[in-house]
Amino acid sequence: MQADEINLKKKAESAIGKKAAFGEDFELEKFEEASKVSEPIENMKELDEESQRTLLKVGVLPSEEGRAGTLLMKDNAISHTSQKDKNIELMSTKKAMETHEWLKDYAWKLVAVDTDKYTAKSYLEDADGYFIRAPAGKKTVFPVQTCLMLGSKNVSQTVHNIVVVEEDARLDIITGCTTQKGVEEGLHLGISEMYVKKGATLNFTMIHNWAENIGVRPRTVVHVEEGGTFISNYICLKPVRSVQSFPTVRLEGKGAVTRLNTIAIAHPGSELDLGSRAIFNAPGTRAELISRTITTGGKIIARGEMIGNAVGAKGHLECRGLILSDKGSQRAIPILEANVADIELTHEAAVGKIAQDQVEYLMARGLTEDEAVGMIVRGFLDVGIKGIPEELRSEIEDTITQTALGM
Amino acid sequence: MLKIENLRVEVNGKTLLHDVNLEVGKGYTNVLFGPNGAGKSALMRTIMGFSEYKILEGRILFNGEDITHLPVDERARRGLGIMTQRPPNMSGIKLGDLVRTVAKGEKDPEALAENLDMQRFLNRDVNVGFSGGEIKRSELLQLAAQNPSLYLLDEPESGVDLVSIGHVGTKIKELLNQGVECPGERCKKGKSALIITHTGQILDYVQADRGYILCNGTVMCSGNPLEMLEEIKKKGYEECVRCKLMR
Repeated sequence: MQADEINLKKKAESAIGKKAAFGEDFELEKFEEASKVSEPIENMKELDEESQRTLLKVGVLPSEEGRAGTLLMKDNAISHTSQKDKNIELMSTKKAMETHEWLKDYAWKLVAVDTDKYTAKSYLEDADGYFIRAPAGKKTVFPVQTCLMLGSKNVSQTVHNIVVVEEDARLDIITGCTTQKGVEEGLHLGISEMYVKKGATLNFTMIHNWAENIGVRPRTVVHVEEGGTFISNYICLKPVRSVQSFPTVRLEGKGAVTRLNTIAIAHPGSELDLGSRAIFNAPGTRAELISRTITTGGKIIARGEMIGNAVGAKGHLECRGLILSDKGSQRAIPILEANVADIELTHEAAVGKIAQDQVEYLMARGLTEDEAVGMIVRGFLDVGIKGIPEELRSEIEDTITQTALGM
Repeated sequence: MLKIENLRVEVNGKTLLHDVNLEVGKGYTNVLFGPNGAGKSALMRTIMGFSEYKILEGRILFNGEDITHLPVDERARRGLGIMTQRPPNMSGIKLGDLVRTVAKGEKDPEALAENLDMQRFLNRDVNVGFSGGEIKRSELLQLAAQNPSLYLLDEPESGVDLVSIGHVGTKIKELLNQGVECPGERCKKGKSALIITHTGQILDYVQADRGYILCNGTVMCSGNPLEMLEEIKKKGYEECVRCKLMR
């Protein structure tokens, strides 16, 4: 074992009891470690109909049509990997670490192992996950799809993903996180480290569709170099016990750009603590953090943070929340920090109910009250996300409409 | 078609309208004059059924049916359509989607938009960043899709530049007349309308049949609309108030 590995292990061991800065504290001992072996799935279309539907609901197409590649992780084992676009690399993180000697300089370099007990556990368990790399100059036409699935009851899943988009490359990823039918309780811990090199673009869409008693603790840090672009869409519309995430994008090179969209619905019993953070470490960097959330009885905390450390940085933070029930709560916490003079950081936050004049405006055109509310809510959540498959788009629309009507 | 009897209306506990009596016959275009704050918009919004406006007394009849306590959408489905002065910004709702929903497949949204020179607005959020004239055209487009039998138009010329007034006025005439040129036929086949106007500019484009003057929350008198406009231009509304008091 090398010196820095011993060092990391020590750090992780000392942090195994460390509570996270935000969110409900989960006792790790209450969950069994998920299995590291699972039956390989050769062809996704051979999965039973129920499982195929489950995948479809998080944007993962069993047909794999219009996808550059597919990786499925069930519990703690990679059960399927297939690749159509030979320009990219797609494999398990473990295999990638064996294949690429240099990858050790990327693993656990953005996310600190001792961030909290969840990162510590993921490190100590030597979590597997997906590795996706777009070599320099390669631009994928279709997105790579990955699915992280909790397949057993009462277990904790630990995931470690690494994404590298080399200079001037372009990569699209759709990651769907879900539970197999019948799995109602469990814990998902996911480490993601993403590198967007000079002039590269990464378009990352993550769709969560958990069950009512699942705890979810993603830990994501993104590093963007000069002229690079990182776009993230996070969608969570179905009931879940608790999600707490606060992805951080570090804009390290001149002119780097990021845009993070968060779209979420908190159902009764759900607690969603969702943040996004942009750190401007180079001149002329830009960020836009957009959050649109709805509560139908659950609790939402929308955090947004921008830290400006370099001249000419420009950022805008927008947190908007709708309350469709008296039982729910919305808390928007925007934080702006400027550490140099020549910088422009702005925010707008608004929480409240649907405006009656808007509802009646549509009703005066002949729409029923339900139709009017549905249309307003769909419009509220529409931040112009591209690249979502048609099936999923209609699924999302349906969920939103049902949410609006079921208030 | 529309009959209002002894209407008394309050908003937030304050009486805005009282003893209002007014009629619009089938195919008739009636005009509502009155100074700022007289309650013209309130009357129109009350007729449409917006929930802010509480009817304390009187009733509203539409085609003989008492609609006094019907919700907005029920009134819309019975044939009432409104162009308000300041419609709300509808973020995230594309004009094209709204027009399609309202048209219910009975009218072609593209063709309607072309007629109003609104094609390039179909992908924009309704009213967001629209100019005064664009708002009016957007409202007319929605009304064209809705195809009501009674048009409630609140100051269609307000906020519209001089060139656009001609366009908006002509389009309103088209919608109301439904292609009928003969004045006798208009009452049989044309649409009914109640139009609020401050300046009377809209009367250069549409044939008005009857005028009402609303002051201090009630109807002062009614008569020939062009004659009334002349009189208002000369003497203002003070004369109307005085005249009413004399009686």
